Amino acid sequence: MSGLAVDGDLIVGDVPDQVAQANPEFERAAEKAESRRGLIMALPAYLYLLVFFALPLVIVFVYSFATRNRFGGTDLSGWNVEAYRKLGEPIVRDILFRSLWLAIITTVLCLLFAYPFSYFLATRSATTRNIMLVFVMIPFWSNFLVRNYAWRVLLGNDGPVSQITEAIGLGETRILFTPLAVVIGLVYGFLPFMILPLYASIERIDMRLLEASRDLYASGWQSFRRVLWPLSRPGVIAGSILVFVPSLGAYVTPEILGGAKTTLLGSYIVTQFLTARNWPVGASLSFVLMSVMLGATLVYFRNGGRTL
Amino acid sequence: MTASNAASDLSPAPSSDGSTPAVGIRGITKRFGDVVAVDAIDLSIHDGEFFALLGPSGCGKTTTLRMIAGLDFPTEGSLTIFGQEVGTLPPNKRPVNTVFQNYALFPHMNVLENVGFGLKMQKVNKTEIVRRSSEALELVQMGAMASRQPNQLSGGQQQRVALARALVNRPKVLLLDEPLGALDLKLRQEMQTELKSLQRELGITFVFVTHDQEEALTMSDRIGIMKDGNLLQVGSPEEIYEAPANRFVADFIGQTNLLEGTVESSDTVCLANGARLSVRSTEPVGSAVAVSLRPERALLHDRDDVPDGRSSLDGVVQTVTYLGNAVVYRIALDWMTLDVRAENRPSMKRYSVTDEISVSWLPQAVAVVAQ
Repeated sequence: MSGLAVDGDLIVGDVPDQVAQANPEFERAAEKAESRRGLIMALPAYLYLLVFFALPLVIVFVYSFATRNRFGGTDLSGWNVEAYRKLGEPIVRDILFRSLWLAIITTVLCLLFAYPFSYFLATRSATTRNIMLVFVMIPFWSNFLVRNYAWRVLLGNDGPVSQITEAIGLGETRILFTPLAVVIGLVYGFLPFMILPLYASIERIDMRLLEASRDLYASGWQSFRRVLWPLSRPGVIAGSILVFVPSLGAYVTPEILGGAKTTLLGSYIVTQFLTARNWPVGASLSFVLMSVMLGATLVYFRNGGRTL
Repeated sequence: MTASNAASDLSPAPSSDGSTPAVGIRGITKRFGDVVAVDAIDLSIHDGEFFALLGPSGCGKTTTLRMIAGLDFPTEGSLTIFGQEVGTLPPNKRPVNTVFQNYALFPHMNVLENVGFGLKMQKVNKTEIVRRSSEALELVQMGAMASRQPNQLSGGQQQRVALARALVNRPKVLLLDEPLGALDLKLRQEMQTELKSLQRELGITFVFVTHDQEEALTMSDRIGIMKDGNLLQVGSPEEIYEAPANRFVADFIGQTNLLEGTVESSDTVCLANGARLSVRSTEPVGSAVAVSLRPERALLHDRDDVPDGRSSLDGVVQTVTYLGNAVVYRIALDWMTLDVRAENRPSMKRYSVTDEISVSWLPQAVAVVAQ
């Protein structure tokens, strides 16, 4: 991404630069024209975001302060924070914490699986890398829903996983409809989102730095801890956010693999809007979820996310 | 000194005075799959010497250095550092440090942290780390830059930090992988002198990899010339320049004219055109050789005006290149061309293109090298 920006600068900066040295006014004018041209090109995207993203967001925000009436509708009069207060109730709080907890576990597991793999990938030849990256992408070729149903079959009480554990004498396993099934499904679904940024950031590290650290008396572990890990941190943070955020709000996977016992945030919000018809609560919960995500994103940009 | 004499230096450790070599390499081979990068070389590097491994790219010099550092492991053979067998020890267990080709400074640490890294890994206490790192930075005149980030430094400054980062650990052997390759000419020459005096001051053994023959000649006590994974010759710069072990070395070090011929007797070589040159050679009679005549060792004369005791060949001036401090003539012989370099002195007789002249030299000024 940064490469593109640099190229652009070169093309733009090429000719006016020489003129500008003689005439600073010309430079300012050229800059202005340039930024105006940029604005015009970005306008469609801005408009789209405004109409289909910002506006609905405002509506959700407004609704989160409204009141549910007796008929399942929403009264926009009488602003209050009742919906937010409801989030403190044990049932909602439990769902919130359970979702957080599962999202954290999913993120950590993804990181544990993805890091060695990404390192391996980044240290292969170009051909091997490309082939393996294609393998990472292949799951995206089929529908997310279908893949989740596939896990339902795999983890089911008569599914292959259970049959295998039974065959080797560990007995029947009952994974489906447990939090474990949700974690398995989430890790499976979001692993590529961890691998890709990690790979991108490790691939950019000069591997001679690792040799230099070994030469300077670092053990293999210290080499990782002091050189590889800090240098790959932008990838770790980007990957973690890309996994954590959708895991926190996940709806499809918990619905299909989690069963009725493990209600998570995504399902709860949907229930509030569609079944309970309590739009204010659904809206307020959406907003809380969004602010958590925003916080995570800010952390990312604070930690040198610019480099990605 | 003759070619075969110099080659005797190839004989393995122990070094000539019987002491333990700083680096002892015996029958080291390194294969990468089917490729033999280093082919059974023997080499002893003495304590306190400035040793250069010189050769074209892909000759195995860097692989050799990496094996000493422990970044690659030999497929066969034994490697000792001050008598200790280190063949399979990981790099962090060896008393050597490396200055890497592109310095490999840690971008996420400042200059002082970079230099202190090795000490930190060895669990030296913090005040000691700061003291010794600052000292090392002073040594390379980078004391004022301690809190800079590596990307704020110029190439030459990074080079100095890399040097300090290695030296602060007081290695028994310092390995340098083309350390001056990325610097511009003027800075490179400055660093050459500085490295040399630093090495003398510290008394540490320096092993230095380069493809730049001039750099090797200026800086080293001894040079090992490598080609295709083989060590062709080891000797002082003078030995290598004056008595190259073979045609490749003669051609690689400095400029030279190679006159092909056959050894006729112990003091005569018959050239391709039938001319006989009187030389001193230990190559076997009948073998194909080349007579190496350095451009600065030859003189030009008017035809038939060659002083007694000098060998000569007749030719015609083909081109004249004026270099300021010297003039280089390209002389066309019947079957080849020769370059002759004449220092630009006021008394020098200048020739011009198409002049018919004779090229002459003293018989002891040429070296006979095997093909």
